[in-house]
Amino acid sequence: MTNWLGPDEWSAVALSLQVSFWATLVSLPLGVFVAYALARWNFPGKQLLNGLVHLPLILPPVVTGYLLLLTMGTKGPIGGLLAEAGIVFAFRWTGAALAAGVMAFPLMVRAIRLSIEAVDPRLEQAGATLGASPLWVFLTVTLPMTLPGILVGAILAFAKAMGEFGATITFVSNIPGQTRTIPSAIYAFLQVPGGEDSALKLVIVSIVIAMSALLLSEIVSRRVAARLEGR
Amino acid sequence: MMLEITLRHAFPGFTLNAAIKAPPGVTVLFGRSGAGKTTIVNAVAGLLIPDEGRIASGDWVLLDTGRGIRLRPYQRRLGYIFQEGRLFPHMTVRQNLGYGAWFAPKNAPREKMDHVVDMLGIGPLLDRRPAALSGGEKQRVAIGRALLSAPRLILADEPLAALDEERKAEILPYFERLRDEVSIPILYVSHSATEVARLATTVAVLESGQVVRQGQATEVLGDPAVLPMGAREAGAILTARVVAHHSDGLTELDAKNVPLFLPHIDRKPGEMVRVRIAAHDVMLSRNRPDGLSALNILPGVAQEIHLGEGPGAIIAIETQAGRLLARITRRSVQALELVPGAQVHAIIKTVSVAPSAIGGGGHEER
Repeated sequence: MTNWLGPDEWSAVALSLQVSFWATLVSLPLGVFVAYALARWNFPGKQLLNGLVHLPLILPPVVTGYLLLLTMGTKGPIGGLLAEAGIVFAFRWTGAALAAGVMAFPLMVRAIRLSIEAVDPRLEQAGATLGASPLWVFLTVTLPMTLPGILVGAILAFAKAMGEFGATITFVSNIPGQTRTIPSAIYAFLQVPGGEDSALKLVIVSIVIAMSALLLSEIVSRRVAARLEGR
Repeated sequence: MMLEITLRHAFPGFTLNAAIKAPPGVTVLFGRSGAGKTTIVNAVAGLLIPDEGRIASGDWVLLDTGRGIRLRPYQRRLGYIFQEGRLFPHMTVRQNLGYGAWFAPKNAPREKMDHVVDMLGIGPLLDRRPAALSGGEKQRVAIGRALLSAPRLILADEPLAALDEERKAEILPYFERLRDEVSIPILYVSHSATEVARLATTVAVLESGQVVRQGQATEVLGDPAVLPMGAREAGAILTARVVAHHSDGLTELDAKNVPLFLPHIDRKPGEMVRVRIAAHDVMLSRNRPDGLSALNILPGVAQEIHLGEGPGAIIAIETQAGRLLARITRRSVQALELVPGAQVHAIIKTVSVAPSAIGGGGHEER
């Protein structure tokens, strides 16, 4: 595999996996929390939160990337504060992960929210009458029953992160080994003469990773569903 | 322990205004659907906060809107048996049973898992998941789950309503055992006269949000003026001791020294049973009938005569065996010249008493 892929291509694949993995992992708890809030709570500003979460889905990715640059760049209001604490996003792989996480967030929240809404609230009531506090009801009833949805959400987010291009290139540019993920690398290879070969290899890698992720999610959610049905 | 419930809650077009005292044993909230029974149970469980109310037993206060006390459902330590079971589908039967115990205070008096599993006959089901259980099995597990959460009170909201007749007959004895073997008070919602007759220690009859009658089961069911489910469902309860099983398939009972003959009852001689005698199965005669096929002829005195709106009437008869209700026509009331105080003979056909009308346990009349 390392022979088939040159060092430049290999670095793009490894970086993409790293970026997508961390983007998914870090946004998952927040995604579950936001999905739960949208599914189960009524609070002022609920529609605003819902809109905000979905914004990256409808805005041009370049706009999202530019907004990230404005706020999270070293001179931005939030990025500046974080930079003082030693956390830098701009032109680092962490920035690519942030951009990918933001872009994938709506897909993740939608999938998880749907599966939380599918949990019968009467089961949660039953848990409460048996002495479980709301947090315990969430951990022992809602969360396990939502697991297939959370998995699907995570895999969707991972696949979206793998493919993220517009926001990433706007926010953290296209630096080999730092922020050049698979899509950026394909784009870069296509800009130089003789790069089609490398681009094609990365295209194949993309397809393989995406298909494996979908298959995996299918197998896992079937197993969980079978368990719930008592088979 | 005496649980005292007072509630007032306004729904659109309907106001619940109820005061109920639940002594130890089974207190049945009895009435038509929509009478407010489930609202009361949900308020006790904390799933509904009423406009005003107090729910307490001694210094154990679950709710007191006047003093601003509102325990959350998980702080109330109740075992709630729902109509639809509500077992957790992602857990095995064993995990479902153990769920409540995990949250109960460590020093709370609790039932032993083995004992409850034995009592409910769910040993072979422990490693299955709810989806692989029948309706009756699910409900038995739901009873066990509530019982094992070390509750101070058990709530049951029409736990048999979703089951067919056979399954009902299968589960009812478990509630009788619960009443007789476990000292936790039970608040039980039902619209079935059979369930009331077999289970109730105390009955509170509800009609459109009001408690119209409350008292001991035999007393309330023997009152011809209290017919929450209509005259068709009227029937009184007799308590009796099993005397002997005869070779012709009959069981002889002794109800306060009056012999009763019923179809075979699966109880040992000496055990107490409660028998519900439906009012439409009782005939009346002024003279002691002669040459009649019915085996049970009980002399008594007519008490209240309750004329309904239709052609029927319900007569309460005080016999030595206990109070009976008879449903006859108004025409017969006139023909027999029935007035309170009239001497009559109540006639009960042996075969008309259904096995589902006979329950175990109960207590000798006090």
